[in-house]
Amino acid sequence: MINYNTMIVLVGASLLGASSGLVGAFAVLRRRALAGDALAHAALPGLCLAFLVLGERNLSAMLFGAFLTGLLGISVVSGLRHTTRIKEDAAIGIVLSVFYGAGIALSSFIQKQTAFGSKAGLHTYILGKTAGMILADVYLIGAASLFCLLLILVLYKEFKVVAFDSGFASVQGWPSVLIDLLLMAMIAVTVVIGLPAVGVVMMAALLIIPAASARFWTDRLGPMLGLSSLFGLTIGAVGTLMSASFSRLPAGPVIVMAGTIVFLVSLLAAPRRGIVARQLSARRERRQMALRATCRALYELLEAELPQVRPLEFDEILSHKSWQRQELAACLTQLEKEGVISRTAIGAFLLTEQGQKQVVETVRLRRLSELYQHQYGSFEGTLDELDAGTFIEELPRELVATLEEELKSSGRFPAAGAV
Amino acid sequence: MTAQVGDRAPASETDLSGDSSPPVQPVLDVHDVTVAYHRKPVLWDIDLTIPTPRLVGIVGPNGAGKSTLIKAILGLVPIASGGVRIFGEELSRQRRLIGYVPQRESIDWDFPVSVLDVVLMGTYGELGWLRRPGRKQRAWAMQCLEKVGVADLARRQIGQLSGGQQQRVFLARALAQRAQIYFMDEPTAGVDAATEQVVFDLLRELRQAEKTVLVVHHDLRTVSRYFDDVVLLNMRLVASGPVEQVFTPQNLQKAYGGRLAILEDAGEALRVQERSA
Repeated sequence: MINYNTMIVLVGASLLGASSGLVGAFAVLRRRALAGDALAHAALPGLCLAFLVLGERNLSAMLFGAFLTGLLGISVVSGLRHTTRIKEDAAIGIVLSVFYGAGIALSSFIQKQTAFGSKAGLHTYILGKTAGMILADVYLIGAASLFCLLLILVLYKEFKVVAFDSGFASVQGWPSVLIDLLLMAMIAVTVVIGLPAVGVVMMAALLIIPAASARFWTDRLGPMLGLSSLFGLTIGAVGTLMSASFSRLPAGPVIVMAGTIVFLVSLLAAPRRGIVARQLSARRERRQMALRATCRALYELLEAELPQVRPLEFDEILSHKSWQRQELAACLTQLEKEGVISRTAIGAFLLTEQGQKQVVETVRLRRLSELYQHQYGSFEGTLDELDAGTFIEELPRELVATLEEELKSSGRFPAAGAV
Repeated sequence: MTAQVGDRAPASETDLSGDSSPPVQPVLDVHDVTVAYHRKPVLWDIDLTIPTPRLVGIVGPNGAGKSTLIKAILGLVPIASGGVRIFGEELSRQRRLIGYVPQRESIDWDFPVSVLDVVLMGTYGELGWLRRPGRKQRAWAMQCLEKVGVADLARRQIGQLSGGQQQRVFLARALAQRAQIYFMDEPTAGVDAATEQVVFDLLRELRQAEKTVLVVHHDLRTVSRYFDDVVLLNMRLVASGPVEQVFTPQNLQKAYGGRLAILEDAGEALRVQERSA
């Protein structure tokens, strides 16, 4: 049974996960994810300094300190980027390691002071500890989550346009810088309240993983925000339960491991964007291209003797283009199934009446496609579309007529056979 | 940003013309604009006036500052000196009159938005803070999509479109802004002939509806076919004005200097122009 303390921790971690997921989605889309990481690391010296000043473990004061140095870190990143030629990634690297190094040095110093001893417990902020969470922490997390949720609900359209196209947003009169600052503020608040539970090292993962996973499942911003929150919530809850059942495991890494599972499943199994779906559709496209190549070969072999259509031997087709015996056999079997060709008594292949029409159309589109590509150079579509030539149907009719005229004058316009 | 949709909605929704009283102030007045990146000058003392609605091509070699000129006018890059007036007013007071098509490369095509979402962003300006696009905006966005011939793709994610379709969507978003001046940064870069035709037919239509359109253009061969005016740029303003007066071998020589390959293009462009004259 779940006791009261576990319940508190579970609710806190789930809320934290959900709001990280929500804010993280915008952070990832606006390419602020690494800035979140820098912020989390830069928060450590603030925690330590607040402890040194107060001489006692006061959570809200320490989080306030964390918030301040976190923002300082982000400001330094932005300052380095704008006033020097240091690029953003290098600036983040500098801030992250310098602030984190300072934080580690400070916390070791505090730990060695006999006056404080180990009761400072600063090391739990490095990798996180959910077990110590109390009701007041849950209220804090709840308040921060509510703040982020309301801000995103109210300014959804503004965040959306700035995240997607900040230049356009500025031209339209939106204060992109201010809206970006609000986003950064949400990231900072979420990171800071997450520090005690997840730790400075792993906090960025809780921002990034739910968002990156959610992106696999949807192509819309609204659903992505919802799904990212849901993933964050699940990761927080599952991670906490796992961390609670193995008392020596720090919470941060366990939560991140739970996130990794969600991410891996998304990466592999998501429809359309997942690796498996992509592989399958790539294979389908390759198959279609092979089938079209076979159709073209059949036509080319018969082209000189048209309108007569004779059966073709397997080896004759095989030698026409350099392709694999098995692949060709598979393609021919498929075409036979589709009724494009029929097998004669001696095992040769004869185009059916329907097959003749289909093959002529395949060749027509392909030759128009080749000619179009040759004359206009740039092609916008995919390889599959270029190969199939289906885009030809969408071109202006006069243009297609000119192309067809050109094919006819060079004697390459495909004509039906004996039909 | 508190104005309502109805304020400037033309009588017929498909009509792009809007109000048509002739402006007394010049459409665009760029005065002594200088822009530098990391102390290196990109634009130097640009003086440019577009008194009446025109279809203007901005042309010049790579690195001439064509995109930067548009961005400087729109306040997207800091201006080191000089100023910009739109219908005689500061940019910040005239934002509702401006439509913008950014450069392809500046867009994250993997962003989770649909084609309709993107076009709806064109209506955000008239909506102002907090208000969400509703049925009226949706209908208008669909009309803009129909105008560029990609209405059937409204529900697709933008990354699933071809380059030409993507450019049409961004054109539709600019149309949805119901602007008086449109700024377009290479709207036909990397698109095929069919899309280029659609884009310039539409620009021509905007021009006939008394709108001003400024287009960063890379293809010298088509300058005289598409534009009324041309702005020849090479860090400084080489020349600007009607194509037939400004698009001359002397000016091209000045803008492009000794860049031979490009001069051949230009030579061909001029021959095309002479033939059509």
